[in-house]
Amino acid sequence: MARKISFSDAVNEAMAITMRNDEHVILLGEDVAGGANVDHLQNEEAWGGVMGVTQGLVQEFGRDRVLDTPIAEAGYVGAAVSAAATGMRPVAELMFNDFIGSCLDEVMNQGAKLRYMFGGHAKIPLVIRTMHGAGFRAAAQHSQSLYGMFTAIPGLKVVVPSTPADAKGLLISAIEDDDIVIFFEDKTLYNVKGEVPEGHYKIPIGKADIKREGSDITIVAIGKQVQTALDAADKLAEKGIQAEVVDPRSLSPLDEDTILKSVQKTSRLVIVDEANPRCNAATDISAMVADKGFDFLDAPIKMITAPHSPVPFSPSLEDLYLPSPEKVIKAVAELIDDESIVAS
Amino acid sequence: MGVSEIQQQSLTSEKAKWMYQKMAEIRRFEDQVHETFSTGVLPGFVHLYAGEEAVAVGVCAHLDDKDSITSTHRGHGHCIAKGCDLKGMMAEIYGKSTGLCKGKGGSMHIADVSKGMLGANGIVGGGFPLATGAGLSAKLRKTGGVAVCFFGDGANNHGTFHEGINMAAIWKLPVIFVAENNGYAEATPFEYASSCESISDRAASYGIPGETVDGKDTMAVYEAAERAVERARNGEGPTLIECKTYRNYGHFEGDAQKYKTNEERDEHLKELDAIIRFRQHVLTTDLASEDELHSIDESVRKEIEDAVEFAEKSPMPEADQLTTDVYVDYQPGGEE
Repeated sequence: MARKISFSDAVNEAMAITMRNDEHVILLGEDVAGGANVDHLQNEEAWGGVMGVTQGLVQEFGRDRVLDTPIAEAGYVGAAVSAAATGMRPVAELMFNDFIGSCLDEVMNQGAKLRYMFGGHAKIPLVIRTMHGAGFRAAAQHSQSLYGMFTAIPGLKVVVPSTPADAKGLLISAIEDDDIVIFFEDKTLYNVKGEVPEGHYKIPIGKADIKREGSDITIVAIGKQVQTALDAADKLAEKGIQAEVVDPRSLSPLDEDTILKSVQKTSRLVIVDEANPRCNAATDISAMVADKGFDFLDAPIKMITAPHSPVPFSPSLEDLYLPSPEKVIKAVAELIDDESIVAS
Repeated sequence: MGVSEIQQQSLTSEKAKWMYQKMAEIRRFEDQVHETFSTGVLPGFVHLYAGEEAVAVGVCAHLDDKDSITSTHRGHGHCIAKGCDLKGMMAEIYGKSTGLCKGKGGSMHIADVSKGMLGANGIVGGGFPLATGAGLSAKLRKTGGVAVCFFGDGANNHGTFHEGINMAAIWKLPVIFVAENNGYAEATPFEYASSCESISDRAASYGIPGETVDGKDTMAVYEAAERAVERARNGEGPTLIECKTYRNYGHFEGDAQKYKTNEERDEHLKELDAIIRFRQHVLTTDLASEDELHSIDESVRKEIEDAVEFAEKSPMPEADQLTTDVYVDYQPGGEE
């Protein structure tokens, strides 16, 4: 039965269910419990993650399976790679995806390549859960959306859920998957609530979801920008334009068929991605459609992205940095050559 | 004459009053940010330095503008001790265009390169190689300057600690690595996360001096820093100083601090408080009078009020600022 819970609770449930089902699933990261070795805390957490996403796990599974690490990303992410290669099924929490700067070697040169270099004689069933996204006034080193760079690395799977139900089903799939999955959680989505089924269920990695059906234009959006696209679609509907909103949910592998079929139906494509505009998910999807679906298109592909700048701190600038429904509507108006849409 | 007596003689009345003023500025600035943050008007999140004033001030008392420092996410205190403008700092924390970084950096990235303040830093362990590089630059440019790397007990377990200190040691660079061991890396006790008893023990593996001092005793920090800075300026290489301290607030504002005990908090806020103790020291050694300290307290109160007023009245950055300062010689196109 489904009930309304937050994105944060959905992630937490996926963790708890997989940890109950398989003793090889462990969680490690900075203050995923917090308060290790504090006399008055014992198996009680001080934090349960910096945003409280992993609260309650140390109480249920103990500190042997919910491991607080030193602030040493290269150390514990690298250890998670090797623990996975030798029989465990770890979930490593990289607090902010920006911190990949401290452990890229472990992910890119070790984890992602071991299986191939070893001729298939290894598997790395590891999930790296990490927080991304702007809009939290967290400034340049805590706000990026770096899924594009992981998508470019063979050997990694990349998942970017946009709803609580997707987050839970995709995280269970990711943990039970035998490859490395980088699992992105937008920090501004944690408090968003939605219908989430109870118990164990899986959403396949590599299967897009059509979040809204429409026949006039396709909007592909990543992560929390799915909501931006849906908000734009509501306003477009008032003008008689039916937008189809496609959520890829995973960027690697990418469900090319669902995107191409939608573009075949609508003949127009807008992509909304809050990452910087060069070499991101939007350019990747745009290139794929230009390559494989050029004949479907009646207009150029439009990309709504952040500008080519770091994420600014000041609210007045950060609001401009992010995509918005207005920017999406403006792009749609250009594609269907009807400026009256933007007017109101 | 013992080392301590020599150092006390080296501390002039003028310097002592400057130090007291900087410590008072840090405390009042942070208490103010704490209060303002609770009203919800400040964007993002802040990590406050209150309680650790003796470290930033005791070290920066030996530095001038040709010397560089690297800082941490808990950087306001380092900024103030290194001479950053309080109005520009407060405006930055508000995200205003008049901020030291034009509102683009915020609390975690306040910098003033003209003062040798190379930035607060959002990445734990980010400062080690940066300080080493600043030391290399000072040595090669023969400026006579030194670089100080302030870092927390959390960063002492980060890989960059090893790489940065080792390089500074092999090249005998003028760098002072100053650990602010406040007992907790976020919500994790130092004793859990570190395999050593003291951070300064690790100095031995780099063949450099290491010492641990009471980081809430301003004079102890001042004296240790004086030795380290002198060694650095003489071309003898880096030093590692561990200052045992305590943060009065949480890791960030909003942290319930369940990992602390009430007893330790009370002790640190009262009898162990660095400002109370330094005040007492200055009075008993006749470096300043009660009246002088009182008038410093009053002027600091006014300074912070002015900084808040300045920040509140300043404008937000204009839209055209979004893509400036990315490159020196061109501006990327605006948002699509």
